[in-house]
Amino acid sequence: MLTRLGLIAALALGTATAAWAQDATPKDGGKFVFVAPYGNAITSLDITATPHTQDEIVGKAINRSLYKWNPESGKPELDLAESVTVSDDGKTYTYKLKDATFHNGDKLDADDVIWSYNRLADPKKALPGAEQMLQIAGVAEYQAGKADHISGLKKIDDRTVEITVINLANPGWNLMSNYAPIYSKDYPEDQLASKPNGLGPFKLANYVPGSKVELVKFDNFFEKGKPHLDKLDIMLMGEAPARDVAFRNGEIDANVLGPVQYEAYTQDAALKDHILEVAEVYTRNIGFNPKIEAFKDKRVRQAINYAINKDLIVEKLLKNKAYPAVSWLPISSPAFDKNAKPYAYDPEKAKELLKEAGFETGLKFSVTATSNESWGLPIVEAIIPMLAKVGVTVTTDPVENSVLSDKILSDNFESFIWSNSSGPDPLKYLTCFYSKTPQNACNYVKFNNADFDKLIDQAGNETDPAKQNDILRQANNLLEEEAPVWFFNYNKAVMAYQPWVHGLKPNAMELAIQDYEDIWIDDSAPASRK
Amino acid sequence: MPAADGRTPARRAAPTPCEAKPFMLRFIIRRSLQMIPTLLAVVLIIFVIFSVVPGSFISSLMAEGRNVMNAEVLAHLNEQFGLDKPLPVRLWDYLWGLAHFDLGISYRTREPVWNVIEPRLWPSIKLALTAMAFAAAVGIPLGFLAALKPGSVFDTGTMMLAVSGLSVPEFWLGLLLMYVFALQLGLLPSFGYQPGSIRHIILPAIALGVSPMALLARTTRAGVLDVMNADFVRTARAKGLSEPRLVRAHVTRNVLVLVLTTLGLQIGSLMGQAIVIEKLFSWPGIGSLLVDSVATRDIPVVQGTVIVIVLWFLVINMLVDVAYAAIDPRIKVT
Repeated sequence: MLTRLGLIAALALGTATAAWAQDATPKDGGKFVFVAPYGNAITSLDITATPHTQDEIVGKAINRSLYKWNPESGKPELDLAESVTVSDDGKTYTYKLKDATFHNGDKLDADDVIWSYNRLADPKKALPGAEQMLQIAGVAEYQAGKADHISGLKKIDDRTVEITVINLANPGWNLMSNYAPIYSKDYPEDQLASKPNGLGPFKLANYVPGSKVELVKFDNFFEKGKPHLDKLDIMLMGEAPARDVAFRNGEIDANVLGPVQYEAYTQDAALKDHILEVAEVYTRNIGFNPKIEAFKDKRVRQAINYAINKDLIVEKLLKNKAYPAVSWLPISSPAFDKNAKPYAYDPEKAKELLKEAGFETGLKFSVTATSNESWGLPIVEAIIPMLAKVGVTVTTDPVENSVLSDKILSDNFESFIWSNSSGPDPLKYLTCFYSKTPQNACNYVKFNNADFDKLIDQAGNETDPAKQNDILRQANNLLEEEAPVWFFNYNKAVMAYQPWVHGLKPNAMELAIQDYEDIWIDDSAPASRK
Repeated sequence: MPAADGRTPARRAAPTPCEAKPFMLRFIIRRSLQMIPTLLAVVLIIFVIFSVVPGSFISSLMAEGRNVMNAEVLAHLNEQFGLDKPLPVRLWDYLWGLAHFDLGISYRTREPVWNVIEPRLWPSIKLALTAMAFAAAVGIPLGFLAALKPGSVFDTGTMMLAVSGLSVPEFWLGLLLMYVFALQLGLLPSFGYQPGSIRHIILPAIALGVSPMALLARTTRAGVLDVMNADFVRTARAKGLSEPRLVRAHVTRNVLVLVLTTLGLQIGSLMGQAIVIEKLFSWPGIGSLLVDSVATRDIPVVQGTVIVIVLWFLVINMLVDVAYAAIDPRIKVT
């Protein structure tokens, strides 16, 4: 397994290196035709009004946040600020803003940052990005109606803003969110959904709802010499077979692949050399509800982990477009323990554990699942015979996406199969298993373990990143031991791209979210792209 | 149907335009008023269905399993959209708004529902009409010609084609068209929407139009065969009328009512049927909007979209009824 993981990491790195190696001399001009593959529409051009990845794909081209995610280093880094100083107590950050211009010509200043964050946190506006503001001091009071503004935000001068936070965690993890961009305070709010005005590398040229978004280069983008492209078209294409035809026909320049296409593309001599892969920060799992008596017993949960041959499922059903999971944190996480071993496929051990737990005569539960090919009913159907061999009877509770989340948030399930964020910030995503995290936040399995809580508390108070990672590694290993879920796989995101495309990055947060300003096309591109 | 005396009904004295106008106007007004209870029933059904099915707009925000949302935000969203109110209050609010031509606010986009629907309307109408034009242009002549030579190879071949057209899944047919005409022949784009572009509409229109085309071919064939065996046709033949004139003057007109009925029903339902094709070809129509809105429980948009689809169906059928009178003077609109 470790060899396999090592090989996987090397392959991913290799693919990434191959992609970057071509990017030595970027060429300006041309058009890149990209896809937003998670549906045939976007919700809004105002990224603060939506929590959907599909919208983020478009929003990333138009807007910018105080920080950005660096896919190469795997850390947040400053974006709209040129420098930051941190106070001795580690809770006050002073940012010197870059000389940046909005698409409408307004200049970025400290008031824009303060206005944007107040707007995001405003309870009356009920914006999804409010989640990213919770670390800022005074947000709780502001949201409770005890203050008319966020006290932790302070303007020092036009280009300097001070942000006070409530804990020692790096605020970059929250403020890099594409759902928390900086908007111009002088721009009419009611136009944000139809005529967005951001600080990003591209500005809106044409939007056909339900079909496509056409963007053009913003000449005053604050990163000099970028973007390289003149135009960026984002096609809203939810149907994988249609994307496949369009990609092979050269109508789109990149295609996000599913398991079946992944297998076909890697076997196609004409396509296999232009595939980008990355281990994304999503963990597919079956969560066990402890309100079912059997699931209160750790041995039962472990037995289920031993009874399922996940390697076989990943190979046969997912066509190796996934990495078998070890614990909760994904491979790319800095707190991932490379020495940890996943649950081996061991039906005898599973039987033994079930016998010890008093379920020798059988156990029955249902799995609430959507039709998703990688973490839905097909997977449950595959595990049914495996679990039957150890005396566990599984039934299915088929639902659609919004019903799945509804059932989980309202505690109306025995178990569920889902794909959940598990990074990039290991502290944030392990905190989902903290006993005080409510079920309707992200502690879906109501995990409650004093030792685990202690480790999370320790990690939260640790300022040394290496030491913090060490503590989180222990917490992640404890989670594996406790098995509150069946650890299935970490998503392997795969994108095929045309040979003339350069600058795509293996973004572990979401491969379809790209730094568009770094993408360029070479002379081999067809005339329609020039 | 033919008159008892064997004369073609077309030759009966038709009402003069002056006589027909008040009848027609009364008919249109009455039929328009009849739409109101139909629409109300539709609104009620949708309201009841979406109040009992599991899942909500709020839960759809978390459906990706990726972004954790603040509980306060969720509570405020519920309040903002009135989702915390009792069902009868919500229903009353909606009906009150509807009476003032206000379809409400989309939960997802936070815009007026009409602003969400309006850009999708014309692409949908365009696709439905083009698909129907294709279906009529191919299906009616095929059915006519097949009926004129019943039992021939052409007849058998046409009917086999019709049965295939009715049974082939639209999704599969769409993919096949993409594969052949876009990928292999490179003649047409495989997806997308360009206002004013004929090339972009050809494949989705054919994929959508094949099923009604097949139905029209079968209906036309059956209608023509029926009329060809009627007494008034036999009489006309006995009077020495040439076959082309017989078909042109007597058969065609009598078959048209049947064809028009099929045509009207098909045009009316195509807008709702186009969901799969719109999704496949990234066509920004009403159908794909409806699916997206159902998935995210954006109930105001679902209701608005269904109202538009039902209205389209009712208006088309009313126009068909009006057209009956123009084609067959024996039919009076009252």
